Amino acid sequence: MSNDARNKKWSALVGATTAVLLVAGCSGGGDDSTADGDVTLEFTQWWEPELPDGALRALMDTFEAENPGITVELLSGPYASTKEQVVAGSATGTMSDVVGLDGAWVSDFAKQGSLADMSALMTDAGYDEDQLASQIQIDGSTYMVPVINFVYPLFTNDGLLADAGVTAPPSTRSEFFDAAEAVTAQGDNTYGWILPLSMEAPNGIQNDVMSWAWASGGTMLDDGQPDLTNDDVTSAVDYVQSLWDAGVVAPGSLTMKEQDKVEEFTNGRAAMMIDSLAHINLIRESNPDLSFSVSSIPAEDSFTGERGIPYASWGIGVAENSEHQAEAFKLVEFLMSEETNSELSSLANAFPGNTSAVPDFVEGDELFQDAFDIYTSGYPANEFVGLPVAEQLMRLFDEQLQMTLTGEQSVPEMLQASQDAWMAEF
Amino acid sequence: MKPALAERAAPTGHDVAPHPEVRKSRRKSSLRYKLVPYGFLSPTGVLMLVLLVVPVVMVIGYSTMDNVITNKNPVFVGLANYVEILTDPTFHVAVRNTLVFTITSVVAHLLIGLCFAMLLNTKLLANRIKAIFRVIYVMPWLFTVAIIAVLWRLLLNPNGVINYLLQAAGIIDQQVQWLSSPSTALLAVTFINIWAGYPFFMISLLAGLQGVPKDLYEAATVDGAGAFKQFLNVTLPQIKPIIVSMAMLDIIWTSQQFALIWMTTGGGPLDVTEMVSTYTYKLAFSRYEFSLASASAVIVLVASMVLAFFYARHQNARD
Repeated sequence: MSNDARNKKWSALVGATTAVLLVAGCSGGGDDSTADGDVTLEFTQWWEPELPDGALRALMDTFEAENPGITVELLSGPYASTKEQVVAGSATGTMSDVVGLDGAWVSDFAKQGSLADMSALMTDAGYDEDQLASQIQIDGSTYMVPVINFVYPLFTNDGLLADAGVTAPPSTRSEFFDAAEAVTAQGDNTYGWILPLSMEAPNGIQNDVMSWAWASGGTMLDDGQPDLTNDDVTSAVDYVQSLWDAGVVAPGSLTMKEQDKVEEFTNGRAAMMIDSLAHINLIRESNPDLSFSVSSIPAEDSFTGERGIPYASWGIGVAENSEHQAEAFKLVEFLMSEETNSELSSLANAFPGNTSAVPDFVEGDELFQDAFDIYTSGYPANEFVGLPVAEQLMRLFDEQLQMTLTGEQSVPEMLQASQDAWMAEF
Repeated sequence: MKPALAERAAPTGHDVAPHPEVRKSRRKSSLRYKLVPYGFLSPTGVLMLVLLVVPVVMVIGYSTMDNVITNKNPVFVGLANYVEILTDPTFHVAVRNTLVFTITSVVAHLLIGLCFAMLLNTKLLANRIKAIFRVIYVMPWLFTVAIIAVLWRLLLNPNGVINYLLQAAGIIDQQVQWLSSPSTALLAVTFINIWAGYPFFMISLLAGLQGVPKDLYEAATVDGAGAFKQFLNVTLPQIKPIIVSMAMLDIIWTSQQFALIWMTTGGGPLDVTEMVSTYTYKLAFSRYEFSLASASAVIVLVASMVLAFFYARHQNARD
């Protein structure tokens, strides 16, 4: 082969490679409809890893069997990476057709215009909204439907409490304080309460701090705007500060995450924690000998009203950029149907988002029965749902709370600073 | 091959001028010949363009808008985002922490890496013992950042092994909240980063030490130089290029460390471990202030480019 011929051949090869790379690099995902009209829906969520192996896929198989021509591709990952993926998808207009959502994200995505107006989709599909336990709305339009709800009751290590002379889970703040002091006084590196305040995942503010205000019927908002200096929040933060000052909070709070909290409780080093019902099975599996119970979060001593109980949802939404919104809503309908919703809530040990659905675990497990009673006797409370930059609001509050706990400022100063920081975000 | 070489041979004064068609054909084939290297480079060029140049240009563009992604109609605001970032007290804290974290880490990486490399290069230890040491010393390098973060979170837990050992040895009276206390958190994450990063220095310096000609040491011995003088006047000058290159690379890498900080402290408590990387991440993914995050990233880019310039100049000087 002459040099010219060889050069020509190599040039052609390199040129072809370049062309392929250019095409591969520049082409997008394209239309996910096949030539025969079949549709593939992408469903991004963090649920699959948290459910028993194959459970969500099995539900999708059922959906596909009931809806010929629609295939569901599950894109699963941990909660944090799912959030980043959804944020990136929202930013680039490549959000999956159906997305798992946390209520704390909805406001931002709705304002970006990356979530479809589900109110319109429901109308188009002739869907009966009354069967939904709740809907997350922004400016009167629904952008997220909570599929299942996890409540956050008080978990108590009955053995540690008994050793400290406490015979029943505390139901008031005073009882809780006394119980926490009694357990801590036992020594041996055990503490009364555990409080995660990590800046990486600041949901401790929602679940472990603000829940004290909600449990006594309090609120952190006034007409949808921040109201952090009111008596409810002041009383709750004062109470947390008093627990901290009394030395009954397990060490390591300032960088502790939710999983650390559960681990410390499971290992018997913390007598009480506020946590998701979703962790009951995890705690049982990790420490089968641990005797624990769930109860309402203690309220102010004089409080007699209905208690708010914090909750978190596995929510669902449809992407605005989806070319198959009608098919995507069919998947939402399927997951919210009485039968599927019952099954999903049973699998996840959560409470259903469909008003008619009944999870089967409630009747077979004393702890879940207790939790269900707490859930039905109070009202679900999570004022962060639907707020703009909700996680950032928690982080701002967290920064100020950390400064307060470490003695750099007083509670009123902290609440005023948090109020100012929140108002700037609003 | 001979005819081909003859074809390419330079014309002599005795050659007859070729026909215009032949000249045209030669020019074409010469042009094609010159283009071949660019053809080979083009896949890399395309990848660099798509994966490096385009995103960098986009981020620089984003940094001059009022906000992007969350704002469908962004407005050009010039350097306003840079002014906001550079006047933000939290950014100053992040820069200070990043400097402390980076300088301490790089110096410690260098010293520990050099000590261990010399230990592994010494003739005083048997090869079998050196092999065992080599395996032990290189271990931190085998773990991913996520594993390192989880591992050290457990070890530095108030109820963890470190506190237990220190208490057992009578060094501390009560548990230390290594990662949760504002007074120890920066020290703790810096220590973890040092632990995770010294093997890279160690391996590189060991390779350098093994390449130092033995006759230099023999000559130094003949001249009456002791071990310390040999280290100062032979070893250090010989491995200086490696030390400088490694240090500059490490400064660039360490100043951009994100995963370790994020997974151990999240920038807390009280911002004492807030780095420029975590600060930028929070702007983007917590506050959705993508333009401010872009401005912060561009500042990091400029700082990195300055370091990269010195690194490249040093490499050129070596060549």
